Amino acid sequence: MATVRIPTPLRKLTNELEVVEAGGNTIAEILASLDQAFPGLKERICDDEGNVRRFVNVFVNDEDIRFLDEKNTPVKPTDEISIVPAIAGG
Amino acid sequence: MDKPTPFFSNLKCRECGRLYPKQAIHVCDFDFGPLEAAYDYDAIKAAVSRDIFRSRKRRMWRYRELLPIDGEPTIGAQCGFTPLVKADRLAEKLGIKTLYIKNDTVNYPTLSFKDRVVSVALNRAVELGFTTVACASTGNLANSVAANAAAAGLKSYVLIPADLEQGKVLGSLVYGTNVIGIHGAYDQVNRLCSEIAGKYGWGFVNVNLRPYYAEGSKTMGFEICDQLDWRIPRHTVVPMASGSLLTKIKKSYDEFVKIGIVEKTPFSIYGAQATGCAPISHAMKKGTDIVKPVSKPETIVKSLAIGTPADGYYAIHAMRETGGQAEDCTDEEVVEGIKMLAEYSGIFSETAGGVTVACARKLIESGKIPRDEEVVLCITGHGLKTQEAVTGKCGALREIKPSLREFEEQIYAKDMAALQSVNGDR
Repeated sequence: MATVRIPTPLRKLTNELEVVEAGGNTIAEILASLDQAFPGLKERICDDEGNVRRFVNVFVNDEDIRFLDEKNTPVKPTDEISIVPAIAGG
Repeated sequence: MDKPTPFFSNLKCRECGRLYPKQAIHVCDFDFGPLEAAYDYDAIKAAVSRDIFRSRKRRMWRYRELLPIDGEPTIGAQCGFTPLVKADRLAEKLGIKTLYIKNDTVNYPTLSFKDRVVSVALNRAVELGFTTVACASTGNLANSVAANAAAAGLKSYVLIPADLEQGKVLGSLVYGTNVIGIHGAYDQVNRLCSEIAGKYGWGFVNVNLRPYYAEGSKTMGFEICDQLDWRIPRHTVVPMASGSLLTKIKKSYDEFVKIGIVEKTPFSIYGAQATGCAPISHAMKKGTDIVKPVSKPETIVKSLAIGTPADGYYAIHAMRETGGQAEDCTDEEVVEGIKMLAEYSGIFSETAGGVTVACARKLIESGKIPRDEEVVLCITGHGLKTQEAVTGKCGALREIKPSLREFEEQIYAKDMAALQSVNGDR
């Protein structure tokens, strides 16, 4: 199971848990299993086509999935995934 | 001074319009869209006028009804109202009729436009009860947070890429702030700050206080209109890092129209980046609003080196809606831009200013900005902060003994000979 760090705006859906675990071999699968454990989580992160929303960044370890294979980015059980709001800085 | 009335009641998601209380939050719970201050423009329109603005001190707070704080500003009260300089020699050099420089290299207290945003953010931080403030910065913001927090007696942490210019590191350390150098690019600093914002009860000016912070940039645009005797300039060129300043300059012009302070006249806004980190410019040129992040920025323009620009999407729409364009330039062109600005207008700008001048030049030469129309360049930070960029590239010191003879022989006679040979060549 990979580790997933949940950002503040989504913790209402994870019973305020900051870190959760999720199974899956790709980001898309991880998001699907997160949605089963915490219903409603996926629609916050993804648009209607299942792509990560414009204002959300998803990292596998330290790499933005936009530099990898987007939602098809492979995930290993030892990986740490971070979901981070994109609107910050500047 | 007359007592201020708050004209903003909520934060509002820019994407879905959901309303939120005006707390230390910056993204919509539902779609992660940015939250913005929502104002009652009808009430503001009824409460202000050109005369009322003009009756107040020449500071950014002159337009405080359009800024998201509740009370009288206690931090950064002296900030803003930097000169709008009519730069005739530089206009001639660039081959245009009318050119103004909005000179934020002399902003107070830390010589960059960031004093504007920090003034708003820290006043709001105090109103919300924070005693520690923080930021993710490429340098200028860190300087301003450190200085303004020191003056206000707030504790501060500034997080920066560890390899910033010396002047920018020292320019934070001197105020006794906690300067944390991160081994990584700005985007990694930013991500770390996003993850720790809220965790320790700190007010991160450009994370959880970002809706307030970002509004401070509007004052640059308000002042430009005020200094042009209440009108919007036809063309404005703005440097882009996150793209926030550009979107807020547009917002400032739109708001002045909305509350009847200026007439609605056509205006265009142009964004400038360094080619080594130009995600917004590249997307704009490709005709898309999908901003592809730059994973490893490579440019001397560290203050604009944001590979994942938060407001890139909105900056592109602001340029498109106003008929503006984006441009980018090489590091060599940046240095030329800094020197040209200094030699033809007497203003010493940091690297971002070199970008603005160099990109304006390209926009003019390619005909995107017409030569017979008025242009304003937003110059956002002082050159003494990024001396590395021009060191060894601006001529050298000529040393002599304190002797009249040496002066005459080695300086005056040589310069006269050089002048004669130039005249002779003509």
